[in-house]
Amino acid sequence: MGLRGDVSRFAYSAVAVLLALLIGAVLIGASGYSVKEAYSNLLVGAFGGVYSLATTVVMSTPLLFTGLAVAFAFQCGLFNVGAEGQLYVGALTSAVVALALSGLPPALRVIMALAAGAGAGAALGFVPGYLKAKIGAHEVITTIMLNYIAISLTTFMVKAYFRDPGPVDQTVLLPPGSRLPELVPGTRVSLGIVVGILAVALLDRVIRGSVLGYEIQAVGRNPHAAEYGGVNVRARTIQAMMISGAVAGLAGSVEAMGTLYRFIPYFSPGYGFTGIAVAVIAGQSMWAVIPAAVLFGALQSGGQSMQLFAGIPMELMTMVQGLVILFVAAPTLGSMFLGLRLRSSEKGGGRA
Amino acid sequence: MYAVRMENITKCFGNVVANDGVRFAALPGEIHCLLGENGAGKSTLMRILFGLYRADSGSIYVNEQLANIAGPRDAISLGIGMVHQHFMLAERLTVAENIVAGCEPRRNGLLDYDRARRQIREVSERYGLAVDPNAVIEEISVGQQQRVEIIKALMRGARVLILDEPTAVLTPPEVDELFAVMRALRESGTTIVFITHKLKETMEISDRVTVLRDGKTIGTIDTSDATPDSLVEMMVGRSLPVHDDQRMPPGEVVLLELKDVSVAGRKGSRARLDGVSLAVRSGEVLGIAGVDGNGQLELEEVVTGLRRPSKGRIMLIGKDVTGLDTGRIKDRGVAYIPSDRLKRGMVDSLSLARNSVLGVHRCADFSRRGALLENAVREHAQTIVAKYDVRAESIDQPMGSLSGGNQQKMLVGRELARPHSIVIAAQPTRGLDVGATHYIREQILSSRNTGKAVLLISAELDEVLELSDRIAVIYEGRIVDVRPASQFTERELGLLMTGQRNEV
Ligand SMILES: Nc1ncnc2c1ncn2[C@@H]1O[C@H](COP(=O)(O)OP(=O)(O)O)[C@@H](O)[C@H]1O
Ligand SMILES: [Mg+2]
Repeated sequence: MGLRGDVSRFAYSAVAVLLALLIGAVLIGASGYSVKEAYSNLLVGAFGGVYSLATTVVMSTPLLFTGLAVAFAFQCGLFNVGAEGQLYVGALTSAVVALALSGLPPALRVIMALAAGAGAGAALGFVPGYLKAKIGAHEVITTIMLNYIAISLTTFMVKAYFRDPGPVDQTVLLPPGSRLPELVPGTRVSLGIVVGILAVALLDRVIRGSVLGYEIQAVGRNPHAAEYGGVNVRARTIQAMMISGAVAGLAGSVEAMGTLYRFIPYFSPGYGFTGIAVAVIAGQSMWAVIPAAVLFGALQSGGQSMQLFAGIPMELMTMVQGLVILFVAAPTLGSMFLGLRLRSSEKGGGRA
Repeated sequence: MYAVRMENITKCFGNVVANDGVRFAALPGEIHCLLGENGAGKSTLMRILFGLYRADSGSIYVNEQLANIAGPRDAISLGIGMVHQHFMLAERLTVAENIVAGCEPRRNGLLDYDRARRQIREVSERYGLAVDPNAVIEEISVGQQQRVEIIKALMRGARVLILDEPTAVLTPPEVDELFAVMRALRESGTTIVFITHKLKETMEISDRVTVLRDGKTIGTIDTSDATPDSLVEMMVGRSLPVHDDQRMPPGEVVLLELKDVSVAGRKGSRARLDGVSLAVRSGEVLGIAGVDGNGQLELEEVVTGLRRPSKGRIMLIGKDVTGLDTGRIKDRGVAYIPSDRLKRGMVDSLSLARNSVLGVHRCADFSRRGALLENAVREHAQTIVAKYDVRAESIDQPMGSLSGGNQQKMLVGRELARPHSIVIAAQPTRGLDVGATHYIREQILSSRNTGKAVLLISAELDEVLELSDRIAVIYEGRIVDVRPASQFTERELGLLMTGQRNEV
């Protein structure tokens, strides 16, 4: 992945976004709304002023983590559809630990709660990694199943053990010292985004500069060659899935400790799944996860204000998001398809 | 009078000049070899003749008439047929269906398959092209598929038959059969253009040779006036040095030993390897001769830890390594050139630099406390590129973007750069051009000359003969004979390889 590749990929994504917005405009117009009003609200809602920007950042933060989690697993050739479940166990674990440690100094409390959330996500990631390494169970199937289990289990745990005495199924509010501090006072932008960017930097180093990352890439791109090169394919598979799970777990931790200040069952609007789209757009680069997450965060926050001030249903924005995914993912899927075809024709042609 | 004549053919793809003012002319009823390294422009020239590409300039004469060939249909109607490097058959249809596709014989508007089958039988009997018209393509061997392509061309009235590297996909006995067919066709007056980059085949089968290099015609000569050396010089533009024979005498120390090793077959079928015992000493090359598919792959996998033997022991430098994985075995001093370089030997989407340390990336030279030493890795890649003359734009380009020969040089360079006392070389020059082949063989010999033990597994009999000190013949998973190379004749080896033990 040279710089040139990154730049052309970026240009391609920009064109895809413009195209999606263009088709979105046609749809909005056809539905009888004013395109100008819609898009000016979208833009202002996403980037116009401190409040809008803050909303965009808040909406991007969980996507940054889940996108990073999925993108990292991609490097090992693994498709982690389980970020959603990992996010739930991370969120609940962090909330519970942050509450339980209220005797400790705040900094320590926050760090340990984050670590616990990451650990819980990693533990959940271990399962599909292990099943893949030992019996070849496909991670897409196992992670989807684990999503159901994780979401139901966290809900049950809240109801059975950690419930706030009030009328709603949720944990009690975190005391201020157990929360991720606000980064910009008066907004909900917390230190979480900084943690996210640090995570990106760290995983970028791992992928591009470490023996572990090198081996993970080798396993992801050609497990036979990795094995030939003395790489323990099974161990790397498990580790990659655990790291991915840890990062997705952090998405939940940061949501619980920095935005919601508690754990609420079913709080996620599908961050784990949108993270897949973020990762597809980011491609092979960890850093590219940041703009990709911001793109979706902005569509989300801008879409909300479009709904609020121009009365345009959110569904239209969801559709634009879908189009972005479609256009950006098309070449990836295309080359995957082409790759398969090339391979099969090589096989047919024998050696030559 | 020539059957076909091409004058001043030029063809560019973007800024690649594939053919640059090429002249080519074939006489009626001759086997004319079109010789050249990979990328010399042979396929392009013949695709122009067959109407698949349009030349940018130049003219084509068929029977000395200026021909305007705008597509394969024109070529076919002028009596030109072509068998491509990659076959163009419908996998799920039968032989007969494939042959008649596009020129179906009809009776009362319906397909007349009986007539088609009859015609196919006729042609196949006349030239010794045995195929079953009712067999489904995907179930017959590559050699048979090739025959189908040939019959197809002949049934469309080909008087000039182009065969694009037909031997690349064949086993040695199949090559002999093909050559017999080609001779029969020549008898009947068919002109054959035989594309190859193999000297031995050229010398054996052709009447005349035209050599292409870098898209230009170097010359056309009678095969009887050519020697392998003169042809090499025409092909690569320089003569290749003779292998340097400064060598240590073979030692007595056994570095690699197999003791009664077997690999069970699938349930009910015979063992893939059956009680194989071999010993390779320091300073010698032990070559495994055999027709592909007689246990070579299993042998390779078993000695390198990619597969566990069902019986027997494998010893490296006196230590039992049976059951260790590939990484551990290589760490005990094995350089391993795998037969399937794309599958095993490299990660094609990673850079040359990254690939240059695959398998040694954990050494102290290339990593410290879990971090890759980027500069050391790059330097290592540069060294291999320079020393092995790898043609690459940069060490940052993906391995998959190199040509096969350059990939293989990179891979051989990497393996021979790691600390080792044993070399396992499986099909080390498969699919490579003459220059790269020669270079890699030289490297293997120089490894031997410095006292390494080399196990060479190759389907190319020439290669085994050229490099080996001793030869072991493998047939149906058994070693049927081991002797010093000088004690075998080629004929003997051929018979042993095909299981005709008693006739030796
Ligand atoms: N369809 C094509 N598009 C672009 N370049 C091509 C094409 N076909 C051949 N070439 C280039 O033309 C040159 C000659 O190729 P080819 O005729 O296939 O050589 P040969 O058959 O002698 O190995 C090579 O550099 C090859 O990369
Ligand atoms: Mg060719």
